[in-house]
Amino acid sequence: MSRDTAWPQQERTGRPTLLEVRHVKRDFAKASGEALAVLDGVNFEVRQGEIIGLLGRSGSGKSTLLRIAAGLLPPTSGEVLFHGQPVDGPPRGVSMVFQSFALFPWLTVQENVELGLEALGVDTPERRRRALQAIDLIGLDGFENAYPRELSGGMRQRVGFARALVMHPDLLLMDEPFSALDVLTAETLRTDLVDLWMEDRLPVGAVLIVTHNIEEAVLLCDRILIFSSNPGRVAAQVRITLPHPRNRQDPRFRKVVDDVYARMTRRSPAQLEGEGEGGASPLALQPVSTNIMAGMLEAVAGEPWNGRADLPDLARDHQLEADEMVQLGEALQLLGFADMKDGDLHLTDAGMAFAGMETDARKDLFAQQLIEHVPLVRMIHQELEQRADHRVPAAKFRAELEDAMSENYAEQTLNTAVSWGRYAELFSYDEQAEFFSLDDPE
Amino acid sequence: MITQPFLGRRWFPNVWDIVAFALLVAIMVSIAMGARDAAAPLEALRSPPVTTDPAHLPYYALRTTLRMLAAMAASLAFTMAFGALCIRSRKLAMVLEPAVDILQSVPVLGFLTFTITFFLGLFPGQIIGAEFAAVFAIFTSQAWNMALSFLQSARNTPRDLEEAAASLQLSAWQKFWRLTVPFAMPGLVWNMMMSMSGGWFFIVASEALTVGDQHIILPGVGSYLARAVDEGNLHAVGYATLTMIVVILIYDQVLFRPLTAWADKFRMTGDGGDAAEAPGAWLLDFFRRTRVLRAIVAPAGGLLRQLGQLRLDGGPGRRRRIMPQLPPGIARMLDLLWMVVVVVGALWASWLIISFIRVTLAPADFVEAIRLGCFTFLRVMAVVILASIFWTPIGVWIGMRPWVAVRAQPIVQFAAAFPANLLFPVVVAGIVAFHGNPNIWLTVLMALGAQWYILFNVIAGASAIPGDLREAGRSLSLRGALRWRTLILPGILPYYVTGALTAAGGAWNASIVAEIAQWGSVKLVAAGLGSYIAQASEAGDLPRVVLGVTVMSLFVLALNRVLWLPLRGWIERRFRL
Repeated sequence: MSRDTAWPQQERTGRPTLLEVRHVKRDFAKASGEALAVLDGVNFEVRQGEIIGLLGRSGSGKSTLLRIAAGLLPPTSGEVLFHGQPVDGPPRGVSMVFQSFALFPWLTVQENVELGLEALGVDTPERRRRALQAIDLIGLDGFENAYPRELSGGMRQRVGFARALVMHPDLLLMDEPFSALDVLTAETLRTDLVDLWMEDRLPVGAVLIVTHNIEEAVLLCDRILIFSSNPGRVAAQVRITLPHPRNRQDPRFRKVVDDVYARMTRRSPAQLEGEGEGGASPLALQPVSTNIMAGMLEAVAGEPWNGRADLPDLARDHQLEADEMVQLGEALQLLGFADMKDGDLHLTDAGMAFAGMETDARKDLFAQQLIEHVPLVRMIHQELEQRADHRVPAAKFRAELEDAMSENYAEQTLNTAVSWGRYAELFSYDEQAEFFSLDDPE
Repeated sequence: MITQPFLGRRWFPNVWDIVAFALLVAIMVSIAMGARDAAAPLEALRSPPVTTDPAHLPYYALRTTLRMLAAMAASLAFTMAFGALCIRSRKLAMVLEPAVDILQSVPVLGFLTFTITFFLGLFPGQIIGAEFAAVFAIFTSQAWNMALSFLQSARNTPRDLEEAAASLQLSAWQKFWRLTVPFAMPGLVWNMMMSMSGGWFFIVASEALTVGDQHIILPGVGSYLARAVDEGNLHAVGYATLTMIVVILIYDQVLFRPLTAWADKFRMTGDGGDAAEAPGAWLLDFFRRTRVLRAIVAPAGGLLRQLGQLRLDGGPGRRRRIMPQLPPGIARMLDLLWMVVVVVGALWASWLIISFIRVTLAPADFVEAIRLGCFTFLRVMAVVILASIFWTPIGVWIGMRPWVAVRAQPIVQFAAAFPANLLFPVVVAGIVAFHGNPNIWLTVLMALGAQWYILFNVIAGASAIPGDLREAGRSLSLRGALRWRTLILPGILPYYVTGALTAAGGAWNASIVAEIAQWGSVKLVAAGLGSYIAQASEAGDLPRVVLGVTVMSLFVLALNRVLWLPLRGWIERRFRL
């Protein structure tokens, strides 16, 4: 069941299709009972011998899509075909590696690896043989009788891989498999995996990996599908033809990374308008802390950037994941402190001014920008000014938000508005009573 | 901390609570009706005589212990079946879950009358009927919180493990044994232990009983004690107490220490939390190191594993399908249909109850039961308040000193497990000797068992106050009232409420055996719902037993929903760390 030919991948078009995702849509129910689409109109296919990356921001539905492909979740409409057969449950020949490892803590390494074979009714000696083979392949020898809790994160994820590989899957699904690991461990594991894949020793037909780490995607994948949010859909496809092993310092590698960054931060005209079919709700706020915003503004305003910085470099310098970086950039953009263009972040006049101010002046400027650019905060503030007792229940705004987005996002948006408004000293908020008020905390 | 009774967050009674309540009372009524018809032809049981000769005590203790084990096995079986059913069917869970939730706050001692008549009717004239009744009584005292904790764990199974199990194509049966049960194990073992603690109380109460003209005596520590009380023999009471202490200690060492140590293996990494004191389990260590013992047990373990590995769904080809999302219209229709079925059942149940009660009871009886309920309510509150005033400072003192807490906790746990009704005769003898007012002094009996829950939880709360907060308090020189208000009370309150709630539940239950007491030929009666139920049981007056138990259940449920749960919810929101 292993791949029949080796690199390079140019030869790979025209190979048999393993997985087809057709017009997949997935709804979740909102508080009001209405449906909210997390995925809409998703189409792509995975061919034999490919590594495909699904890249997107958190909340773009890429993990949901992976679960639909795995037969763990049904699509609301559309269909998924595996080997031409509709997927209506976890299909044989598809294995999954989880972000959280999802190991059974009460089973030893060996028992964990054997579990899938056991479910298939493979007899004990054969089970043992295949499990040991997988354990050996992934570099876990000597740990067979250990319990997961005795292992480090990296070793645990190796168990996760062994458990998937022992099934000799035609398609290996990976849900952010390295994002719970520290940087060095993740790199080692990635390299090991690429080596095995190149040496054609992985008993796997094709790989579909979800990630929010751009460099990781560029390092591993033959094709990257970039997801947009609200609802999630494939916004762009990037084909990567660099030969393996890929070198992060290679200028061609850097160029691909820059290109992907630019595509991820590009806004459609509809989004700039703040609406449009399926566009993000203009009310939604990303939970970015004011401390981080202030820190980033200071950093970009100072040397060596002087107000304009390359996003990938900025992210690396400050040890931010790509999606964190993009989220932060978008928050700054929303507040009128910065603009993102072509993979760069450059500060506006307000952003430069903010960086040079003292605490109180910063708060005033922040308040000004909030009222000008964030409709939700403006609404809260106006409402408070108008009422005689200067008190408004949060429920009023929550209801309005829940019309436009899911309950979780509404909650997150409201919390973000509270924390920004508090920083700007625009209003105070009583968490117990869930009331906004103008009273000073003194 | 003690999790008995097991409580959900929901406090407002919804339609399902009411439905479940009606169905439960109806079941009670139909058993009572059947029992009334069957009561007359029952021949007297030839109970073997129980003597107060201490030489017989080891044998009696063995019988008591075996009853306890049988009840525990039944509770476990019930727990698994209940859990599996409720996971499988949302519709069944809608009715079963509130029913079990109600059952756990109902005074089970009040049910003894029905269950005994029921089981005696099943096995006319045979002692086995009474044995079943006793085991069933213990079962009803321990199954519910185990079942609810199991269901709660099953529902909280980590999503990634659920997905891994599905992705690895485990069948429903395999998943239950490989994932659901192991994940629930630590909580289940803990609840088993708490259930067992509560169970000793009921076993003592259920071994010697009078229902109508039936005197049932099962050889055991409880009946030994009853005999001692009849004779007014304080020495014998002492022997019984001693025996019970030994039995509980053996249970702890031989059963629960190894079990908790073993269940630790099923704990998810990273949530060690409050289970800091892992008790040493010499028996488990011994077992793990002894090859011979292992070799003996291995085949049984292997067989069990094989059982768990069966698919029971016709092979891996017939894998489970994920349900496509039902069109909302159809799903709602199905729900509606099920609602109709259940509501019709509840109406029928209500009709049954009313027609049963109307025959013998007048409105005045209801007023009387509620009036007596208020008396018992006052007693329960007095118990909780007095025990709080007494034990909170002591618990805080202990809990703030880790080295004391480590030593004190097993002792308190033991005190909570010790059946307080063994000590009743001592107190009653005192009341008789000093001519105390039974209306006041019998309340002490209710406090005997209940107080430990408060102490236990306060200790747990005080020792859970984080070290850095304590140090911050010291560095700010917080003292006296300020220290209590800002540091200690917020720290212990969430635990205290659980303790007070459990204590109140225990006190309600105890009132049935505590409001009416006997020493030799002297009988003391306090006015209250507990003595009302006890007297009605003794007289074989089933309608009044039904009435008493129902009213008491309503009292307990109303208090839980109106007072304790909102209070606990508020405290948890306000004081969570």
